[in-house]
Amino acid sequence: MIVTFPHMGKVYIPAKGLFDDLGVPVSVPNPISKKTLEIGTKVSPEMACLPLKINMGNYIQSLDSGADTIILTGSCGPCRFGYYGIIEKEILQDLGYKVDVVILDAPGKDPGIFFQRIKKISGNSSWRNILKAFLSALKVVEETEVLFDIFLYKRPRELAKGETDRLQDYFEKEVLNCHGSGEILYFVDECRKKASLIKEKPDISPLRVGLVGEIYTLIEPFVNLNVEKKLGDLGVEVHRGITIADWVKTHLSPDWKYKSERKKRLKKGGKYLNLCIGGHAWETIASTVHFADMGLDGVIHILPFGCMPEIVAESIIPSISRDYKIPTMTLTVDELTGEAGYRTRLEAFVDLLEQKKGIKYGQA
Amino acid sequence: MGRLDLFLGVDVGSVSVNLVLLDNNCNVVEKIYLRTQGRPIEVLSEGLERIHQLMPANSVVAGAGVTGSGRELAGAMINADIVKNEITAHGIAVLQYIPEAQTILEIGGQDSKLILLRNGVVSDFSMNTVCAAGTGSFLDRQAARLGIPIQDFGAMALKSNASVRIAGRCAVFAESDMIHKQQMGCRPEDIIKGLCEALVRNYLNNVGKGKEILPVVVFQGGVAANQGIKQSFEEALGQQVVVPEHYDVMGAVGAGILARKEVQKTGLTKFCGFDATSVEFSAKSFSCNDCANMCEVAELSNNGEITARWGDRCGKWSSSLKKKPDISFMA
Repeated sequence: MIVTFPHMGKVYIPAKGLFDDLGVPVSVPNPISKKTLEIGTKVSPEMACLPLKINMGNYIQSLDSGADTIILTGSCGPCRFGYYGIIEKEILQDLGYKVDVVILDAPGKDPGIFFQRIKKISGNSSWRNILKAFLSALKVVEETEVLFDIFLYKRPRELAKGETDRLQDYFEKEVLNCHGSGEILYFVDECRKKASLIKEKPDISPLRVGLVGEIYTLIEPFVNLNVEKKLGDLGVEVHRGITIADWVKTHLSPDWKYKSERKKRLKKGGKYLNLCIGGHAWETIASTVHFADMGLDGVIHILPFGCMPEIVAESIIPSISRDYKIPTMTLTVDELTGEAGYRTRLEAFVDLLEQKKGIKYGQA
Repeated sequence: MGRLDLFLGVDVGSVSVNLVLLDNNCNVVEKIYLRTQGRPIEVLSEGLERIHQLMPANSVVAGAGVTGSGRELAGAMINADIVKNEITAHGIAVLQYIPEAQTILEIGGQDSKLILLRNGVVSDFSMNTVCAAGTGSFLDRQAARLGIPIQDFGAMALKSNASVRIAGRCAVFAESDMIHKQQMGCRPEDIIKGLCEALVRNYLNNVGKGKEILPVVVFQGGVAANQGIKQSFEEALGQQVVVPEHYDVMGAVGAGILARKEVQKTGLTKFCGFDATSVEFSAKSFSCNDCANMCEVAELSNNGEITARWGDRCGKWSSSLKKKPDISFMA
């Protein structure tokens, strides 16, 4: 058995650590590229949302290089993502791939199935080792998140342009050579020390922008055309509305403290939306309000073309923008998104925020 | 009499290349509007040569700014002091001449924008995302198909007294609908008026969705020359629409104003554009095969020396040049 999984931002880092610790051979999919998208688009229904197409590309590239078992998390969510696993399995079977698809839904009514599936993908590990491996993976999730927050903080402030990018590239490339969560954690720590040494421009107070929207689109730089880096290069400090750690803690771990905090945050947006309407629309609204409360300069909302929950959120966001007097912008992406127009919009939005801030401090 | 400082603004768009010269009070001294015809480098060189000849004897270019979809290329060619996106450039230009403006409707060759201004700054904007049905290229094409010069298109619409409803959501459907209406025997002026209304409806539903359009409303971009569209906007919005004097080159004007501001900060211009007319420029693009992204990298060389590159995701090509091009937004 060689397992593989779909890419979603930096999920591959803890996932690799986890399978290494369990002693299960793992094939990390190739980094998402145009080729991945091309393969995925060819085999997916045209109207399917973008993440599905990229998942398919990931699988086929991994299967072709030897993997035979796919692991993905379902969420039984009330958006299309809930059916991804099933549809993807069907497509792969139609294409003639002999593949085992293991869907990890959060333990619900029948926890037995969940544990059965965990056991299936854990090789011969004992329950004690499985638990240990999962806890270490959780730690990796949290620690890498901290590292990436440092990158986001440093990029608009760095004295030598490109230094943060170079360190991030180095990290992303070298982390694949680590074996197991222990080595990964050690390497993350090393990079964190390096990151803290990046020299900053003196007396700088960059614009602060929050990113909200559909989770996959926000987390996967290939899909959002590397919005975090683009904004950072424009001198913006980026705040993320949703991270892998949020998602893991919500769906896969019993972190009750986090869950109650999450509820509080969701309540903040209650005036605009007070129930789950599928996907992450509720989080999008709540995070927009949260960012406005934090006094950020603006909020950018990103969704994949045709994502129903986020379309609802898109129509609510202008009310928040009006009430809190915070500029917002919605960007829709899919495989046809042109980079030039996207850049023009980001650039103009940042100009707008700068002008507005200038007025606030009487410099205009 | 001393030296006369002029500021050059360049807007390299999909359909036209515009150049303006502004004096120190931001008045337009000269303007040139050329069709891009898919050859931005040659057309820009030609424009520069022509504007050079138009310059008064004692004048110099004290600053240069570029905007438009070809801004990176143009910025590298003339060594511009500032490279800005079209939205900011249009906003700045309008605020200079019509400070009380709150809404800008801008329809260009291939994109249309709505820019909202509040308290003297850009407060919100949107651009067309779905389709080019509402833009100048589409009108151009339809005018050609009807055999009417585009210059007369607007005036003809004004002659109509019973417009025909055209489906304007998609350029292809609009065209087949127009053919259908022609074959029904509708008069050309009524069809043209219907087309203007469809374009305006499409713009307001698509670009203008959910945006508060407050007076003063300014209409600019190449399509603003079209009286029929202006009239349809006024009917749809129920208010007057102002077309500024230099409606067709407002992006370039904005770039010029920004260049003036930038030079006030830096002190000296980097502009070397008129040399550009004697230099042999060539651009080419290649596909980098070093990873699966296969980015299309474009490079600009003058007299055989590569001066700028862009388009690579990883930055390997754009950062490998010894002399860094001064483009503020390469990433």
